[in-house]
Amino acid sequence: MALLEIENVHTYYGHIHALKGVSLDVDRGEIVTLIGANGAGKSTMLKTASGLLRPRRGSIRLEGEDLTRYRPHEIVSKGVVQVPEGRRIFGRLTVRENLEMGAFTITDPRQIESNLERVFGLFPRLRERQKQVGGTLSGGEQQMLATGRALMANPSVLLMDEPSMGLAPVLVDIIFDTIRQLHADGTTILLVEQNARMALQVASRGYVLQSGAVVLSDTAETLRQNETVRKAYLGES
Amino acid sequence: MKQAIKIGLIGGVVEILLSLIGMVEAFSQRDIVAHIISMGHTLLFIVALFMGYLAAKRTPRTGSLQILSNSFISGLIVGGLVSLLVIVGSLINLRKVFVNAMPVLYELLTFKQGTQIGVFLLLGAGALSGALAGLFFLSPKLIRRVLLISLGSIVGAGVLQDLLRPTFALWGPLAIINEWLFTANGLTIQGAIGLFLLISAFSLFWFRKGAAIQTGFQQLPPAPQRILKMTGILILVFILLILPRVLGLFLSEVLTIVGLYVLLGLGLNIVVGYAGLLDLGYVAFFAIGSYTVAVLTSPELGFFSLSFWQALPLVIVMGVFSGVLLGTPVLKMRGDYLAIATLGFGEIIRILVLSDFLRPWLGGAQGIGKIPKAFIGGFEFAGPQQIYYLILAGCLLVIFISLRLRDSRLGRAWMAVREDEDVAQAMGINLVATKLLAFATGAGFSALSGAIFASKLGSVYPHSFNVMISINIVCVIIVGGMGNIPGVIVGAIALVGLPELLREFAEYRLFVYGAALVAMMLLRPEGLWPEAVHRRELHEEEGDGEGSESPPESKPD
Repeated sequence: MALLEIENVHTYYGHIHALKGVSLDVDRGEIVTLIGANGAGKSTMLKTASGLLRPRRGSIRLEGEDLTRYRPHEIVSKGVVQVPEGRRIFGRLTVRENLEMGAFTITDPRQIESNLERVFGLFPRLRERQKQVGGTLSGGEQQMLATGRALMANPSVLLMDEPSMGLAPVLVDIIFDTIRQLHADGTTILLVEQNARMALQVASRGYVLQSGAVVLSDTAETLRQNETVRKAYLGES
Repeated sequence: MKQAIKIGLIGGVVEILLSLIGMVEAFSQRDIVAHIISMGHTLLFIVALFMGYLAAKRTPRTGSLQILSNSFISGLIVGGLVSLLVIVGSLINLRKVFVNAMPVLYELLTFKQGTQIGVFLLLGAGALSGALAGLFFLSPKLIRRVLLISLGSIVGAGVLQDLLRPTFALWGPLAIINEWLFTANGLTIQGAIGLFLLISAFSLFWFRKGAAIQTGFQQLPPAPQRILKMTGILILVFILLILPRVLGLFLSEVLTIVGLYVLLGLGLNIVVGYAGLLDLGYVAFFAIGSYTVAVLTSPELGFFSLSFWQALPLVIVMGVFSGVLLGTPVLKMRGDYLAIATLGFGEIIRILVLSDFLRPWLGGAQGIGKIPKAFIGGFEFAGPQQIYYLILAGCLLVIFISLRLRDSRLGRAWMAVREDEDVAQAMGINLVATKLLAFATGAGFSALSGAIFASKLGSVYPHSFNVMISINIVCVIIVGGMGNIPGVIVGAIALVGLPELLREFAEYRLFVYGAALVAMMLLRPEGLWPEAVHRRELHEEEGDGEGSESPPESKPD
C-alpha cells in the first residue's frame, strides 16, 4: 500500500470540472512529480489533497485513512503539509517566528526544538538569518524558509507547489539540491513543477497532467525519453 | 530650491486657511506666555517652522548653506503669502465670502502694526522662522531633541493651563508654583524661562545618562532588579489610585471617558490588532452591553431588577454570544468586505434599539432610564471619581487578559491569520475557531465597557451608539499603535482625552482631529507606540542593522 493514494478524484470550481478523475500514488520516501502545462490542474490537485478544495468524487487516503472528510487544518496534523505556491512566507515575521508558526500543530516544545535543529541543519542560511524579517530575504532564501516552515510540522508527505517559480537559474539549482537533500533525509514529496526537466531529474516517478486528467505516468527515466514529453514539456525537438 | 518654494507655498496656503476659518483668531484669546505670544501666533509659527524644517530635510545636497537658504526661502514664502492675504484684505472686503476675515484678524496677523509695517514684519517673521528651522535641522540630534521637548512642554503647559492651574491650586505647596508659573492668561515670563531650563536640563540629563542608567539597571542582579521593578509598579498603582482625588471632578470625568475608550480600544485591538479583522461595527457590542445592563437592572421596564454585579456576567455572556453571532456570517470575508459587513451590523443594532417594534422591551428613542449604580458593600460608584475605580479595575483585568492571550497559542494563531489567512490554514490553524474567538473576546470586552457606561450615565439612548464611536475606536488603535497595549492607552489619551480638555475650541475639534489623523498617517503611520511587527513593515528601509541583504559592517548604526 502506498503512503498517499489518490483515487479517481473529481474537483470542480463551481461548474468548471477541473480534475476529471485523477489517480496517483506516492510511496514512502519517494519523490513523485506532477508535471503539466499552465491550467492543467496541477495546483488544483495539491489544493484538493491538502483539503483547501473538496473533491466531489474520489478518495484521498494517507496510510489507508480517507482524508476527504477532514478540514484543512486537520489534514495538516494528519501529516500532509504543503509548501504553498509563491512561497507565501510571513513577510513581517522573523525567520524564526516563521518556523515556529510552522510547528503550530506540535505542542511539545522539545519536539519543536528538535525540528528547528533539523531545519537549521538542512538550511544553515536560515540559522544565520533567524532574527531577520522574512520579507527581506532573497527569493531563494524565502523558498528555503517556506520549505523549512512546512518541515516544522513533521510532515509524512510534503506537497511542494512550484518551488522554482520566479527564481533565477542559479537559485533553481540550489532549490533542487535541497529537494534531493530532503529525499536523502527520507522525506516523502509530491512535487508539482513547470520546470519538467529539473523535476524529472529529482523524481523517481512522474505523472503528466493535461486538462485535468493524467495522460501519462511512468518512471522519471522513461518519461524523460518519451517523445511527447520531450516535445511538449522539455522543449526538445 | 524648487522644493523649498513648493513647501513654502503649501505652508502659506495652510496659514491662510487657518486664518480664514477663524482658528488663529479663536486661539489668540489665550496666551501661551502672557503678553508675549498667544496660541494663535504659536500656531502660525509652528506651521512656518515645520515647513522650514521640511524644506531643510528635503534639500538634496548636504551643504549647510544650501539647507539654510532653502528653509529661509520657504519661511519667506510662508510669510509672503500671509502678507498677501493682509494686503488683499486691506484692499477688498473679504467678509462676504469669509466671515472670519475681520479687521481683528488682520491686526493679529500684522502684530497690530498696521498694514505697511505689518507686511514687513510678517515677511521677517516668516524668514526668521524658516532660518531657525534650518538651524534646528543642522544642529546635533541631542540639541534637537532637548529643544523640541522643552519648547513642546512650554506650549503644552500654555495650552493646558486651565487644567493645570486649578489642579495646582488645590495643593498647598504647589499653589506657590502656580503663582510663579501662571498668570490669569498664559505663563509668566520667568515661569516660561524657568520651565524651559528645567525641562532642558532634565531631558539633557536623560539623553546623556538614560542609556547608562538602563544598562546599569540591567546589570543589577535579578533580586534587586525585581525589587526596583515592583517598587515602580507599586508607585504606578498608587498614582493610579489617588488620581481622581488629585485631579478633581472635571478631570476625573475626562479620565472615565478615556478609560472607557481604553477598554473599547483594547477589545477592538484583539480583533483588529491581533487577528487583523477590520471591524467597523464594534459599537454594536458596546450597545449590546449597555442595553443588557439596562434591561436587566432598570426598574423602569420592570422585567428584572438585578443589581449591577448580578447583571454583569450575563452582559459578558451576551457580548460574547453576539460576537459569535456576527462572526459566523462574515467568516469568509476579508479586508474591505469585512469592514462593510461589520459596519452594517453596527447600524442594524442601533436601528433595532431605536425601533418602535422593540419599544416595549428596549424603550425606543426615549431609551431606558433609572439604571442603578454599582455598589460594593456601602460604597456606591456614583460620580466620576468613584466610577473611575470601576473602569480602572476593568482596564487592568482586560490588559491582563490581553497580555496572556497575546503570548498564548491562540495569540499566535491570531498573528498567523492576520499575516496570511491561507497560509495560517496550511500551518494547521483552525480558521473558523480562531476568528470566532477573536470576535467573541473583543465583543466581551466591549460589552463590559458598555455595562460600565450605562451604569455611569444611569440611562441609555440609541443615539449614544452611532457609527462615529466605532470609527473613533478604530482611530484610537491606529493612532496609538496597532496591536500594542500601551499604544492603545496613548491613543485613547491623545484622541479622546485631549479633545475633552480643549472643549472651549470645540468648533475646531473635528478639524484638528482630521488634520492630526492625516498628519499622523503621513509622518508616523505605525502609530505613536507601535508593536514590533507593525513597525517592521513600515520602516523596513531603516532596519535595525539586520534587516537587509548587505553585510553588517556597511551599517554604521
